[in-house]
Amino acid sequence: MNLKEAVRIALRGLRANRLRSALTMLGIIIGVASVIVLVALGNGVQTSVNEKIQPLANLITVVPSIGNVPGGNPPKDLIDADVVALQDKQFSRSIATVIPATSGKALAETDSYRYRANIVGSTEQWLEVNNQDMAAGQFFDEAQVRSTARVVVLGSAVANYLFGDDPAAGLNKNIRMNRQPFRVIGVLQSVGEPGDGVVVTPIHTARRYIFGGADKVNQIIVQATQANAVPAAEATVIRVLSERHRIKDSAKRDFEVQSLRSRLDTFNQVLRLLTLFTAAVAAISLVVGAIGVLNIMLVSVTERTREIGIRKAIGATRRAILEQFLIESIVLAGLGGAIGVLTGVGLSILGANVAPAFGPTFATFAPAVTVSSVVLSFAISLAIGMVAGGYPANRASRLRPIEALRYQ
Amino acid sequence: MIQIEDITKVYRMGKVEVRALYGVDLTIDDGELVAIMGPSGSGKTTLMNILGCLDVPTSGRYLLDGTDVSRLSDNRLAKIRSRKIGFVFQSFNLVPRTSAVRNVELPLVYAGVRSRRTPARTALEQVGLADRLKHLPNELSGGQQQRVAIARALINDPALLLADEPTGNLDTAASAEILKLLGALNDVGRTVVIITHEEEVARFARRVVRMRDGRIVSDEVQRSRTEIPA
Repeated sequence: MNLKEAVRIALRGLRANRLRSALTMLGIIIGVASVIVLVALGNGVQTSVNEKIQPLANLITVVPSIGNVPGGNPPKDLIDADVVALQDKQFSRSIATVIPATSGKALAETDSYRYRANIVGSTEQWLEVNNQDMAAGQFFDEAQVRSTARVVVLGSAVANYLFGDDPAAGLNKNIRMNRQPFRVIGVLQSVGEPGDGVVVTPIHTARRYIFGGADKVNQIIVQATQANAVPAAEATVIRVLSERHRIKDSAKRDFEVQSLRSRLDTFNQVLRLLTLFTAAVAAISLVVGAIGVLNIMLVSVTERTREIGIRKAIGATRRAILEQFLIESIVLAGLGGAIGVLTGVGLSILGANVAPAFGPTFATFAPAVTVSSVVLSFAISLAIGMVAGGYPANRASRLRPIEALRYQ
Repeated sequence: MIQIEDITKVYRMGKVEVRALYGVDLTIDDGELVAIMGPSGSGKTTLMNILGCLDVPTSGRYLLDGTDVSRLSDNRLAKIRSRKIGFVFQSFNLVPRTSAVRNVELPLVYAGVRSRRTPARTALEQVGLADRLKHLPNELSGGQQQRVAIARALINDPALLLADEPTGNLDTAASAEILKLLGALNDVGRTVVIITHEEEVARFARRVVRMRDGRIVSDEVQRSRTEIPA
């Protein structure tokens, strides 16, 4: 008996009990669709976060250690001289740019509104190093940094809160911080919370008018030449600073070097595990679906005992009967799997199109279907057909023709 | 040619043994039309199951066209049924939800024959159902269903056509038609064995074998074949 004939017989068997076949398939459909959607959700988050972070993946930040160094003194502050020492290594193979940053919280006020902003003092290279763009106006330049100009660039949330929706509305107006006036010269494009709550000003301006302090920096931002160069750049940073701080034992280091890249790797690892876990939970419904297929195939074999007897009497071998029921079960589960794939992919595409309408936070969760989840879940549903159909089909094939013919 | 030698059959129902056949000998030549008669419990159905290779005897030999089929495996028996035997049952036993022509094709499917539609159509034309090819069993009358069953039984050109109470579920007119058809098949040389408990049906055969309590009690050739009861 050839396969085409067997599939035709199987389809006829399934059509004879449409409702029953549909309900049985539903278990598989739900299982396959939820596996695909959940994996797509996890993948979507991972893709969008990675896309956002990728341009920053070559950044390394250096901050002083918190608390006392084990067995030693309180940590030394990072100072301008540290920055200069690192800037000596600029244009080496691994390090592209080094900039300092001071930071802290302060109230940014207009006559009518006040916003508790994250104040950052840095150099004119801050914009490019952080891969940000202007929504209106300009970033401060080198001359303004040198001249301690009282100018600020606002994050989009700050601008929005103080001056309204139009980013250009606050340009050339003054805001007050620490009772000092500052002129707004630019507004940053939104990068999402919490980066939008920032006020950027030249580093010397920040020290003189807001934070005080002579040469202390809170943070050194090192831009590696590329993401792959991050480990080498980190090593250079650690070597230079350890030398300057006279640290021989790495456990006694009084600064910390962090890179987004290593954090991204950790994030990806965690997310992958989480996705796998939720997919496994969804796969439980596939097990339930498999039991449904098994159950309905057993019923089908019992119901059709007489038909099996007839087929055997007119020459069907055990193998032909086995194939008939096995193929019927595989077609049932496979069809369920295919509909499940369509449902899952459809829901994911729908979600991907609808999610951005709810704002940037939801856009992060836009599902992205992975080919592997589609292939795997469809293969699993075929396997379910084979495994769940195996026992009933075997039972059918072993029926003795005279007893099967006598069955009413 | 069919040759049965000293066949016995014992069924085991739990701890009880039931003897259905006590040493039956029977020879049927090619082209014969034989009726096997007997009341229920006489063993005629058991004999038919063995003749039809649906069951194997407990002891004895069964030669079908020279092959001993009394000790074959399930699979070999299925192949023998597929090639050498055509069944006609009391309750027609067509495969449900399957059109007449596809029912007739089925033995060819299991025999692995590729071109099936034409022979199936021809077989249905021979039993006078050329206009019912696509009908489902439940759209056909009893007589029509039985004719589909006969077409199906003949499709593989079997050595033996076995009919088990072929008219048991039919009215008089349909019964006559079916018997006429079986007679016509025998006239062109087909070996036909009819199992029945109806005297009228038996009288229609040339040779009548009577059974009782698992034994053959008489085996006689009738001088003249009764014309088909109308």
